[in-house]
Amino acid sequence: MRIGVVTFPGSLDDHDARRAVRVAGGEPVSLWHGDDSLCDVDAVVLPGGFSYGDYLRAGAIARFAPVMSVLIPAAHGGLPVLGICNGFQILCESHLLPGAMIQNDHRTFVCREQRLRVENVTTAWTSDFAADDEITIVLKNQDGQYVADRHTLDELEGEGRVAFRYVVDGPEVPASLKFDRFASRNPNGSYRDIAGVTNERGNVVGLMPHPEHAIEEGYGPSLDGLKFFTSVLRSLVNA
Amino acid sequence: MTSEAKANNDMSKTATQTNIDTVEDASTTPDAQQPWAELGLKADEYERIREILGRRPTIAELAMYSVMWSEHCSYKSSKVHLAQFSENTTEEMNEKLLVGIGENAGVVDIGDGWAVTFKVESHNHPSYVEPYQGAATGVGGIVRDIMSMGARPIAVMDSLRFGVLGHPDTLRVLPGIVAGVGGYGNCLGLPNIGGEVVFDPCYQGNPLVNALSVGKMRIEDIHLAKASGVGNQVVLFGAKTGGDGIGGVSVLASETFDANGPAKRPAVQVGDPFAEKVLIECCLDLYAAHVVDGIQDLGGAGLSCSTSELASNGDGGMRVWLDRVPLRDTSLRVEEILMSESQERMMAVVEPAKLEEFMEIAKRWDVEATVVGEVTDGEHLEVFWAGELIIDVPPRSVAHEGPIYNRPMRRPAYLDALQASVPDDLARPGDGEGLRAALLALVASPNLCDKSWITGQYDRYVMGNTALAMPDDSGVVRVDEETGRGVAISTDGNSRYAKLDPFAGAQLALAEAYRNVATVGGVPLAISDCLNFGSPEDPAVMWQFAEAVRGIAQGCKTLGIPVTGGNVSLYNQTADIAIHPTPLVAVLGVMDDVTRRTASGWKTPGQVIYLLGATADEFGGSAWTQVAHDHLGGLPPRVDLDAERRLGEILVNASRQGLVAAAHDLSEGGLAIALAEASLRNGVGARIWLSEVCVRDGVDAFTLLFSESAGRAIVAVPRSEEVRFTDLCASLGFAHACIGVVDDEARTLDVQGQFILPLDELQSAHTSTLPAVFVSR
Repeated sequence: MRIGVVTFPGSLDDHDARRAVRVAGGEPVSLWHGDDSLCDVDAVVLPGGFSYGDYLRAGAIARFAPVMSVLIPAAHGGLPVLGICNGFQILCESHLLPGAMIQNDHRTFVCREQRLRVENVTTAWTSDFAADDEITIVLKNQDGQYVADRHTLDELEGEGRVAFRYVVDGPEVPASLKFDRFASRNPNGSYRDIAGVTNERGNVVGLMPHPEHAIEEGYGPSLDGLKFFTSVLRSLVNA
Repeated sequence: MTSEAKANNDMSKTATQTNIDTVEDASTTPDAQQPWAELGLKADEYERIREILGRRPTIAELAMYSVMWSEHCSYKSSKVHLAQFSENTTEEMNEKLLVGIGENAGVVDIGDGWAVTFKVESHNHPSYVEPYQGAATGVGGIVRDIMSMGARPIAVMDSLRFGVLGHPDTLRVLPGIVAGVGGYGNCLGLPNIGGEVVFDPCYQGNPLVNALSVGKMRIEDIHLAKASGVGNQVVLFGAKTGGDGIGGVSVLASETFDANGPAKRPAVQVGDPFAEKVLIECCLDLYAAHVVDGIQDLGGAGLSCSTSELASNGDGGMRVWLDRVPLRDTSLRVEEILMSESQERMMAVVEPAKLEEFMEIAKRWDVEATVVGEVTDGEHLEVFWAGELIIDVPPRSVAHEGPIYNRPMRRPAYLDALQASVPDDLARPGDGEGLRAALLALVASPNLCDKSWITGQYDRYVMGNTALAMPDDSGVVRVDEETGRGVAISTDGNSRYAKLDPFAGAQLALAEAYRNVATVGGVPLAISDCLNFGSPEDPAVMWQFAEAVRGIAQGCKTLGIPVTGGNVSLYNQTADIAIHPTPLVAVLGVMDDVTRRTASGWKTPGQVIYLLGATADEFGGSAWTQVAHDHLGGLPPRVDLDAERRLGEILVNASRQGLVAAAHDLSEGGLAIALAEASLRNGVGARIWLSEVCVRDGVDAFTLLFSESAGRAIVAVPRSEEVRFTDLCASLGFAHACIGVVDDEARTLDVQGQFILPLDELQSAHTSTLPAVFVSR
């Protein structure tokens, strides 16, 4: 199975996303922002980074890249697409996913190992998880606060399209986490603790944290990220 | 240039460039008054320029010499001392050294055909003036040094020094510097894997920002900064040249802050990490296509530096058409274009036959590239503006044959009294309750508290190769994805030790960085240093500097690892008060497989805790004297580099053979802090007994817990490996003693017979300090 990873100028985690595809057993294919071709790939990852320097607004310029002119219709047609961090921002700017990302409410960059709850296990990118699985992967962002109007948020909740939520301990924080700055709140101020969402069809998924940094023993907080990529490979085989 | 193109250039630029001072003008008006003093040149230096040229310099030449002969670029005060590094390097030490001192960065052979290049550099003065941009461009500059060796940058680290935590100026400077280091490095996609943050009143008016970068390449891909091959094209590529950072080097880095302030203070550069990220990828594509003959980054002194250094390192001369340089601001004067330190620019030497391919690659990355010159035969660097010759100099006289000063040195007058003020009479805790309170005070103190409020703003995961990062002893990154071969790096420096004895202080910095690399399992290979001192015109400072260099040079010889390069930052003082001498040492080590690295925290109950090394009553410059008594005096801990070498051997072999599950070095705060940190890392406690070692070393519990004797580490050993481990220590004749066991049941650090500290209480003290100052802001 061929999974494309788009490189925009300023993409940072493109190499890492290709590695994750390879480790999961897929064939990574490099896609270039300036080409209006998807090279017949079976799925696409929009990686993290600062495409076009995040000038104007994160993802706002990347949305108009030539590659997006073919990716957007393909996604509407059912092509599995995963947007990670900057990729999630691009998917929102492209209106493939609802909502938007603004600066973290505490106004600093945050890099940490983050617990998430997987709330939708029917998407192309989450089917290898069990419902309400708790996973720990890397979160790192400056503009990671997910926002949307109340109507949209209610709709997302109602349709089960909140794919990932930050695990936030209430006032009863376990002793081992008591001094974690972000234990009793989500790490960027995201509305309703939303970390990732999916479109209605379940082929387009975006999330702020980075599954591609949790795929190898010795190089990240866990191996939980691998299931994103095995999920899509399995869904492609089954399709 | 075609006459048509030249005419175009003439039309666009001459409107803003009147009264160009040409070489011809210089010959016809030999006695014209020139602003050499304002540009920071001394009278005899100006005379030497006239001697070299056989006439007065043009304004452009004067600008070029002034910036290249500044302290920052020419190392004129430090050169005579730095020679000790090469004098103390033996053949054996050079075995792994592929490129040594003098290039943009040193290059080390790490095996399997891989080379790594690393260097640490200061950006102190700009970061005080404009914290965010100063720190950001500090990262940008060192990363370009690494790129210009032909390498892909793979990690950064930063060593920061601030004044008192909570002082209004620290509150101004620290958040900006941290955001700048993060903002630039995060956007470049380079993991930040370590460094240090230290607070001391001596840095109140003069914070230090020392940035390190490391890069990797195949050995055959090493590039050098030289222009050779007559007719080869000189290409300037990257960002346009603007008015930022003009005179930054000569004025900011080479003058001292005083009450009146230098006239050109705001001359700080402005960084654009996106432009640099694209430049990195563009450079790597250029290298891969083999279209680059020589390469140099544009940093301090901008075009003055890159053109003169490329030409000086080559075998010919160079001709440059300055009016071809793409400008952000067309009102810049020629001398400003030559001195501008606009960021994200590189200069390459390209064979004419490869120029087209070069340009195509640059275009693919939307990087502007312009042929601005060519390599010539002869020994002249000639610069033209609108057809007129404005610079005609021997490039070596600019880049490599600047003034050298053997400045007067004198042992500081304060030193006798300071060393006589021994800490022996300071009141020490007399019971377990007192020891417990001392430990809580130390873990919460600004220099030993948890730094994650700062390090959590840096991306340590990007690239997916990070095997270890702060707060572990070294940063560890994979270089080769196939085998897991990689490097471990640590930067260390303790200026309180160096203030008491610069020779010993520098060696202790070296010893600690060496020990930190070995602690994670890295075999130390080479060092880079950043030497931060006060004014070289003060004989006492010059003495400190000479002593520190001597310490590092001799220390490296004993340890058998070479100095590969580094940076000197002088004039770190406000009015006549210099910072403590701050020699900072970065040690790089190699690991066959980075997934075998040893982390600092223990995890598994039942493992046995060993203390390696002996403890003496050594409190001079220690953290305890600072926190408990605000005292600095006496002598720093004794240095025994032979012992450090043997300890390193134990730690590396133990890691390779899987004999240790965790290891942590002992440094500031001594055994007590090491035990606390190793427990808090994973929230797993321990039971510790001290009496046996107290008897063996002839010290009391307080001394064993808080003394800062060098050459020590703690390790957690699985019981199944205990015999093999103790045999290893015994075979090297190294002191080792079992001092406890990992115990998770009570979640406490239980120092038997002395005190019991719940980990929650310890954690609370450790983690509250920085958030209390910064989070509410």
